[in-house]
Amino acid sequence: MEILVCVKRVPDAAENEITVEAGAIKTDDLVFSVNEWDNYAVEEAIQIVERVGGNVTVVSVGDGDAEEVLRREMAMGANQGLLLSDPAFAGADGLGLATILAAAVRKGAYDLVLTGALADDGAAQVGGMLAALLDWPFASLVNLVEVNDGHLRVGREIEGGTQEVSDIDLPCVLSIQTGINEPRYVGLRGIRKVASAEIPVLDAEALGARPAAPRVRRLDYFVPPAGAGADMLTGSTAELAGQLLELLKAKGGLK
Amino acid sequence: MDAAVFAYISHVDGKADDSALELLAAARALFPGSDPVALVAGSGPALDSACLHAAAAFAQVWKFDHEALAYPNAELLRPLLAKVLPPGSRVLLPHSTLGMDLGPGLSVKLGAAYLPDVVGAESCEGDTLTALRQEFNGQVSARVACDLSGGAVVTVRSGAFRAGAPGAAAGQVVDRSADAAGLAARRRFVKLVKAEAGGIDITREDVLVSVGRGIGEKENIALVEELAEAMGAALCCSRPIVDAKWLEKPRQVGTSGQTVRPKVYLALGISGSFQHLGGIKGSPFLVAVNKNPKAPIFQAASVGVVADLLELVPELTERIRAGSK
Repeated sequence: MEILVCVKRVPDAAENEITVEAGAIKTDDLVFSVNEWDNYAVEEAIQIVERVGGNVTVVSVGDGDAEEVLRREMAMGANQGLLLSDPAFAGADGLGLATILAAAVRKGAYDLVLTGALADDGAAQVGGMLAALLDWPFASLVNLVEVNDGHLRVGREIEGGTQEVSDIDLPCVLSIQTGINEPRYVGLRGIRKVASAEIPVLDAEALGARPAAPRVRRLDYFVPPAGAGADMLTGSTAELAGQLLELLKAKGGLK
Repeated sequence: MDAAVFAYISHVDGKADDSALELLAAARALFPGSDPVALVAGSGPALDSACLHAAAAFAQVWKFDHEALAYPNAELLRPLLAKVLPPGSRVLLPHSTLGMDLGPGLSVKLGAAYLPDVVGAESCEGDTLTALRQEFNGQVSARVACDLSGGAVVTVRSGAFRAGAPGAAAGQVVDRSADAAGLAARRRFVKLVKAEAGGIDITREDVLVSVGRGIGEKENIALVEELAEAMGAALCCSRPIVDAKWLEKPRQVGTSGQTVRPKVYLALGISGSFQHLGGIKGSPFLVAVNKNPKAPIFQAASVGVVADLLELVPELTERIRAGSK
């Protein structure tokens, strides 16, 4: 099976305290990494190929920094990388990214395209848009993939932890939910092995794709106004523990 | 006249779910003066009942009856809605797992803008809608402007718009089932598999100790287990802990896990995403401990502590044990 996995370089939510200055996010101190969901998508693609054979290609829209993310996923076991890069791609919105990725999919011969279920902006939109542009079937929030003849059996994680099981025809686009697998560890050795691997770059002309002007624009960012908020306790560790003990006692938190 | 506004109604067992009235409230806030049309798809008597339910709140209900729609399959709903909705339509969907499945592709098929997971309305002037979203797991809010000239698909976060009273409007139900004829999907629903309880039922517990990503390492889970044991509380967690397989799925609190109604909830190293908070009902006494003073959990908590879990948790466990001797 020929699998394309779309990955994105994002500010690492676990590592960063996001700060807003004059309506914009302060980016100087941000730590970037691959979008967490995308690691699960790449791992799933590698596992599918381990079972049924084929190839995993990782693709990203971005500049030279995005190449680092591709290399990391290649160190995990993706067979090759593909970078889609052009000044015309800067500021692309979800539909813009989907348009660029759709052009890359049409240039290849893929049976399956995976994306992470969502990324830093929480929009969860690129996979569904990409499927619609390609006119391929789509399933979001996928937490199970079984390969059958001509179709996949997929599980979607829906409300309450229930799994919705469906059969979906190939080729298709799936957005992958975290927890579907355990993404393998990438060591320094793995990174070194792919350090000099060549990553082809396609620009707008090569792809024949130019994202349209975004129809949804961010005007500004702000930190949500602090509501009543929590009653904050202060003191040394011992003092804090003492205060918490009293509060828990008073509220019936100790049995 | 402004373009038509539609709201997709999710329903279970013949009843429109809570999102129906929230979408009505959202439609009125986002598009003032609009009179949204409810879109209800399904099959048989359950659908008829859901339509009547929707007609109590919406002046007009479009009904789509088709055997294949008995289960809401986005791969069937998308081409159906793309066919029946007039150009320029403004379509509201719940930001649920169905909305996320249906919405992005629907916007492409309609040639409309896609505005996901809206939490607030600011203004709607001419062809520009200004609304509020959240990014980075709720750490920051964003004001966004959406171009409505080609229509829009907007998904609305659960709980963000306060539902009004159900009302007693006798709305008109229009049978549009003919439009659903000949539907065929390339994704076919097979079955639902419920999460296994496995002997753990956190939904019945009064006191919960909940652990999140802030605990850092798998080995540290033992620290919160000891605290829960000392308190006589049950242990639960947020999604990343289950994803990492450090605790079992039935212990996960949130929209993709269990909904709990405790009296006391101690959140340790949990940032407080809306998906997690969506699983905590009944306004418990919520104590949050997090090293990040800006964590959204502090907005929801009754009492907050900015501290290192690895220092505070063992100290608290020790004091509780000492006190119970």
